[in-house]
Amino acid sequence: MNAWIPLYVVIPLASAFIMAILGRLVKNMGKVILLIELLFLTCLTLVFILNSKGTLSYNVGGFPDVGDIPIAIYMVMDGLTKLLLLIISAVGFITALFSISYTREYTAERKFYILFSLMIAGMNGMVISGDIFNIYVFLEIAAISSYILVAFGVEKHQLEASFKYQVLGCLASLLILLAIGFIYWGTGTLNIADISRQLPYSANFIKFVSLLFLVGFGLKAAIFPFHSWLPDAHSSAPSPISAMLSGVLIKAIGLYVIFRLFFNMFALNADIAMTILVLGTLSMIIGGLMAIGQWDMKRLLAYSSISQMGYVVMAVGIGMTIMVKDGSKTIAAFAFLGALLHLLNHSVFKSLLFLNAGAVEYSTGIRDMRKLGGLAEKMPITSKTSLIASLSISGIPPFNGFFSKLIIILAAVRAHYYWLAFLAVAVSVVTISYFMKFQKYIFYNKPGEYDNQIKEVPAPMSIAMVILALLCLMLSLMVIPSIRDQFIFPAVNVLIKNLQYSTAVLG
Amino acid sequence: MKGMTIIVRKVTQFIAPIIFLFGLYIVFYGHLTPGGGFAGGVIMASAFILQILANGEILDKLRQEESGLEFLESGAILGFLIIAGLGLIISSSFVFFSNFINKGIVGKLLSAGMIPLENIIVGTEVCAAITTIFIALVVFKDEVAL
Repeated sequence: MNAWIPLYVVIPLASAFIMAILGRLVKNMGKVILLIELLFLTCLTLVFILNSKGTLSYNVGGFPDVGDIPIAIYMVMDGLTKLLLLIISAVGFITALFSISYTREYTAERKFYILFSLMIAGMNGMVISGDIFNIYVFLEIAAISSYILVAFGVEKHQLEASFKYQVLGCLASLLILLAIGFIYWGTGTLNIADISRQLPYSANFIKFVSLLFLVGFGLKAAIFPFHSWLPDAHSSAPSPISAMLSGVLIKAIGLYVIFRLFFNMFALNADIAMTILVLGTLSMIIGGLMAIGQWDMKRLLAYSSISQMGYVVMAVGIGMTIMVKDGSKTIAAFAFLGALLHLLNHSVFKSLLFLNAGAVEYSTGIRDMRKLGGLAEKMPITSKTSLIASLSISGIPPFNGFFSKLIIILAAVRAHYYWLAFLAVAVSVVTISYFMKFQKYIFYNKPGEYDNQIKEVPAPMSIAMVILALLCLMLSLMVIPSIRDQFIFPAVNVLIKNLQYSTAVLG
Repeated sequence: MKGMTIIVRKVTQFIAPIIFLFGLYIVFYGHLTPGGGFAGGVIMASAFILQILANGEILDKLRQEESGLEFLESGAILGFLIIAGLGLIISSSFVFFSNFINKGIVGKLLSAGMIPLENIIVGTEVCAAITTIFIALVVFKDEVAL
């Protein structure tokens, strides 16, 4: 299986540039190539999840280790990587399906697909790389293509949002590069597994570098004090791109790296664990409260993303504080299970909600909820799928959001963080309230004033939304033990057995 | 955009080929001397940029060149990926980026296996990209000025 690992980077990059060349000659080439590419990667990831156990590492260039110093670039495939790769390729495929009709209005349609494919290449590369500098390189590929995609409609507010995103994104990249420089200076190596073996260095040095990483990747993941770019960027982008940014990008280039570095590279540290816990709780509460007041539907969804990511970060923080105190591993594993399940679920229902908002905007051209209304009869598929997604994100059984939130709340109770459990329930109520607003003002209120006849969106868009709505139901099955052990538990193990990473990679 | 005086144009006519040749030298000797694909590519691009600055160009022609360069750029990256991927297919242990060509004697021009090939491709890519950026800025400036 090892030989298939580099394909996660090669295929998206190659297809991006094949699109650039062939796309001029053959119309719609980009769409076909992108769909085939993402379908293939989804199948490949499923094969990896079902067939291979443990950690696979791949040595790019085939350079043997000198002594016990790894000099080649490593690609590492473990449980957490597989989960993220599944999210990237599956959600990417469905979003690409939605884009087919959505992008017809753009003049530079071909470039949309090239950049989409490059963004996938960047995210796959980040997730799969076992080398901290390559994480930076792929981070830039993913981030720069997302800056361009946010500004793709070249209207005034889109350019402004993209500029804001670029300034903060560059700041984040700068901090990350600085931290990587410090790590290289301190340890003389860039391989994550090797760094974790060499790191016992001065405590202050490690604390400083961890803070740089936390701020840098926190900016990319839009955790609370660093979230200001997200509502602009995610609401101004074309809807399929909003779905990719909110559903996949902030997880793959933000949260994933935070998990990887703070569990597998640095030794666990009580201060950092507490910081992560507090920041997660704050973003959960503040994102939720900010979402209530929004009238722009995509802005509401963007704030909701901050809040839901807060749940994930909080649950990971709970697990981390337990592990620092040498508490019960079972409870920590339970918290991580909730976090990773919510990560997976959020990618499905949040991208569905953004696609719904995109469908509404496609048919009516309006984003302000006060001017919309009464669309439930005119756009039945959009209305029903968005109802499923809203119920799911608010945590109503039997949809997937219920189970992940339940696990997070139970984990908080079992870890004796009663206040956090209470806050999680309270924010869940807040979530229901703003999604009721979302449903009422768009689909059920008295009809708004529309110029033209409103029709249901074209078939590819409807199919994409229906697939995601079905996934919202099917992912509830993830709580069944045999399925859970196959999909989520390898990823939980990576976080629980945090010290085994370096031996698993380097042998 | 307008060209410059006849003195500048004549001097450019003499110098530009030499700069281009020097860029080629840097690219081809990348595995032996300091420099390589990126540095050489930038030098080659500067020869083109000098020509455009001195002689001036018609906007429509520049736009045509831009799309041609995009083709070259994508092609070069694809070529690089093909070379890297050949290692995955040809080498016995499926190694991405493996250097499977005979490596020759250290210090000779034809040595180091794949590295000169990769340098040439990187040089082409960088030359095309830098020239594209320059042309894009010129076209943008003229469009805004109108």
